[in-house]
Amino acid sequence: MNATVVDTAGVAPTAFLCHEEPPAHNGTLLGFWIYLMSDCFIFASLFACYAVLGTNDAGGPSAAQILDLPGLAVNTALLLLSSVTFGFAMLEMARQRKRAMLAWLAVAGLLAAGFVGLELHEFHHMIEAGAGPDRSAFLSSFFTLVGTHGLHVSVGILWLIVLMVQLGKFGLTEANIRRLRCLSMFWHFLDLVWVGVFSFVYLAGVLR
Amino acid sequence: MSHPTASGHGDDALHVHQGSLRGYLTGFVLAAILTAIPFWLVMGHVFDNRWLTITLVLLLAVVQILVHIVYFLHLDTHSEGGWNMMAFIFTIVLVVIVLGASIWVMYNENSLMMPMSPQYQHSEG
Repeated sequence: MNATVVDTAGVAPTAFLCHEEPPAHNGTLLGFWIYLMSDCFIFASLFACYAVLGTNDAGGPSAAQILDLPGLAVNTALLLLSSVTFGFAMLEMARQRKRAMLAWLAVAGLLAAGFVGLELHEFHHMIEAGAGPDRSAFLSSFFTLVGTHGLHVSVGILWLIVLMVQLGKFGLTEANIRRLRCLSMFWHFLDLVWVGVFSFVYLAGVLR
Repeated sequence: MSHPTASGHGDDALHVHQGSLRGYLTGFVLAAILTAIPFWLVMGHVFDNRWLTITLVLLLAVVQILVHIVYFLHLDTHSEGGWNMMAFIFTIVLVVIVLGASIWVMYNENSLMMPMSPQYQHSEG
């Protein structure tokens, strides 16, 4: 590392630069990772809310009566496939194959859009059946947690569309690769949170 | 990104994990299996004891989250010079405290509220 400093600057390395110092590279990926960790706290507090309030149905529908497990299975499959296809896009990016990468990104985006669509359909169905977020503490915490996740996915899709336009126009520049790496982390992170949602909110929820 | 970046640092200092087709497919198969088992446990009514089922579902969720972190997020002790792992461990500790303590405290609160006399039952919840 000290050798590269000599190469680029053409002067002797500064004396205070010791080996323990972190590398002075662009810290975007680390910063984005720390953002994701802070996002973990948002979801952790919402999970805690649901854990506490999940059985307070105020005489309204309980989790076992209102939650649709077959629909959940389809949704979970869509999001997992979307995560994997995004990974394929990252592999094509590493091989500098722009068209294949854009195609995989489009597939990942469509799968995620299908996920959001099905979720909105389920929400609509629940609200029509009188199980809206205003019905009970259980439903308030349910809609807040699942809705926050759905909002994250929707924003991710928006980000993906903007980035695909950028990639199409400017190609695989260094900045675009960095942005795509951040979005990739965001995408996989949301699938990870969904594991908690379907296990804790839905599957464990209907049994409580 | 095998060429040196503009700042003069190569990939060695950054250690950007690209992932591989094999890694993504392994992660996908493991995740699919770890998803299918809890669905089967709950929808197939495999065990009569519901707390056993809930415990198994949550344990499988923890395993699946680890699979996602390793195979999809490529977290290891080298990424970003180890800082990703440090931030992750710090987050896990705090999340466990937030979740565990909230559930513990509120569960005790609920049990201390019980039992209610019948004339107040309608206002419960």
